[in-house]
Amino acid sequence: MSVAAAESGVILQRRGVLAAIGDYFWRRPGMLIFLMLLPALLWLGIVYLGSLLALLLQSFFAIDEFSGVVDRSQLTLKTYAELLRPQNVDIIFRTVLMAASVTVASAVIAFPIAYVAARYAKGYWKALFYLGVMLPLWASYLVKIYAWKLILAREGILNWVFEQLHLTWLLQAWLSIPVIGGNSLSISYTGTFLVFLYVWMPYMILPIQAAIERVPTNLLDASSDLGATPRQTFWKVIFPLALPGVIAGSIFTFSLTLGDYIIPQIVGTSHFFIGQAVYSHQGTAGNIPLAAAFTVVPIVIMGIYLTLAKRAGAFDAL
Amino acid sequence: MTAAVSLQKVSRHFGLVKALDEVDLEVQPGEFFAMLGPSGSGKTTCLRLIAGFEQPNAGQIRIFGDAVEGVPPYRRNVNTVFQDYALFPHMNVIENVAFSMMLRKVPREQRLREAEAALEMVKLGGYGARRPGQLSGGQRQRVALARAIVNKPKVLLLDEPLGALDLKLREQMQEELKVLQRSLGITFIFVTHDQGEALSMANRVAVFSEGRVMQVGTPEDIYRRPNSRFVADFVGSSNVVSPDFVSSITGERRWGSLRPESIHVVKSSADGVSRLTGTVRSRSYQGATTRLGIDLNGTVIQAVVPSSDDVAAEGDRVTLGFAKDALHLMESEG
Repeated sequence: MSVAAAESGVILQRRGVLAAIGDYFWRRPGMLIFLMLLPALLWLGIVYLGSLLALLLQSFFAIDEFSGVVDRSQLTLKTYAELLRPQNVDIIFRTVLMAASVTVASAVIAFPIAYVAARYAKGYWKALFYLGVMLPLWASYLVKIYAWKLILAREGILNWVFEQLHLTWLLQAWLSIPVIGGNSLSISYTGTFLVFLYVWMPYMILPIQAAIERVPTNLLDASSDLGATPRQTFWKVIFPLALPGVIAGSIFTFSLTLGDYIIPQIVGTSHFFIGQAVYSHQGTAGNIPLAAAFTVVPIVIMGIYLTLAKRAGAFDAL
Repeated sequence: MTAAVSLQKVSRHFGLVKALDEVDLEVQPGEFFAMLGPSGSGKTTCLRLIAGFEQPNAGQIRIFGDAVEGVPPYRRNVNTVFQDYALFPHMNVIENVAFSMMLRKVPREQRLREAEAALEMVKLGGYGARRPGQLSGGQRQRVALARAIVNKPKVLLLDEPLGALDLKLREQMQEELKVLQRSLGITFIFVTHDQGEALSMANRVAVFSEGRVMQVGTPEDIYRRPNSRFVADFVGSSNVVSPDFVSSITGERRWGSLRPESIHVVKSSADGVSRLTGTVRSRSYQGATTRLGIDLNGTVIQAVVPSSDDVAAEGDRVTLGFAKDALHLMESEG
């Protein structure tokens, strides 16, 4: 048949292995999709999810308190009972509260920036916006944190600025507030909060900006046409439609804060966050089961958070 | 009587582009008014100026006598049906329709009742719980319409509302819109690039070209008595004939328009040559009628004749005939 076709000139003949492969994939697009997904499936499915499951499994083992040996012969909830001891619950509570404050604050700060970038910035200004948001990501995370430590230190630039403005009393008043205050910003929860806010901000701005950009302008016209003041248009149309972006951003800021162990170690108090607890339990303390149980906490919290967000209709506009 | 909408020397520029250039228009209350023109002719800009989405660079717009300069869209009792409907994707159908009442804090029960009534008016009763994404194009169009009329605005603006619908649905919606307009008694201003739609629906039509209004009149005026080559050309596929041709018949050197359907075509005998004898160059069958392209010494004239067995074929010699008043005179040469 192909010979006859070749003679008629209807079918263009191509020879070679590449041509044959191309034709094969054209006939079986499913195979092509499978091959494209295979590396990701191997990585996510086996290496990533597999090790996650192994980790979860660890949390159901218990450590022998005398010998310090992990008993792998039976599954037990003993480690979770240990997790619920007051000092551990304190760590969880502190971390969740920090993550929530960082998330809310970065959403509030990021939204107007993202809004202006999505609605008004064009051409050159848009490039500048992307550069401004992404530039901090080019620098090493550790360098940024140490830089912040210097900024926030008692001898740092922030203190100096407050001094020049004759506002040292304000800073002192803030630092004298119990819990969030301290000797200086660099060793207070306020400092930890500020550094988290700075480091995760791009992860909040970009999804919100993408979400706002996807809102067609004629919806804003329609809202205004139907009698909505700009304020009403914001709350009834723009915000609900941008909400998936806010949620996406908050997943980043919230989960990154929940798991981070470096920032609170460099800037902040001596009280542990979840990440630090995991770090010390799997390291010096050698209590792998408890470290594993600690890592389960952020996973569970994120699960609850996403379920609540879904129930609140945050993904309806997707 | 106060005009529903009046524009006086209204201009709107975008940079160097004059989207609208000193336009004067008056739309009467209760009228079904069409703004017709090719894309980029300024008709949509005109609509957006009336709605308040754009502000004119010069001139004055009045709605029922009130100057609306600087009045934002949300304080104008004018509603719009958008070209691509602009339904809120995060709300269901009834919430979309009740949106304006929700803003005005109408009690929930009352606004749901009124929204349902508006949906019934566009034959979508019972669809309230669906999402816009679950509706067909025609249904979305009706929701957009219900949302715009639920407040009984003084003026309803429609921006190519039927553009995205297929032919059959479009014809059905044209009828329904006419009936709706009559029963509501609201002034409708309708933007379209489809002359058939404008002529069949509107009481009066304004023809736009390059930011200017070329002619305003009843559909019959526009169709039968175009005042310019542009209008004759754009509204229906009329023959625009040159001053030379016109002067050979009437003696006046002016451009003329000759409707294809007002021309009789007779097969001519072998050598009977007159000024109106030519050769059929093209022939397309259109059902009840057949369109012929006839070459008269270099001028191609379109004629539409009833389809029958003895319609001239391509290459035939034919002679054209038309009543003298079928030749409508337009602007003079120049």
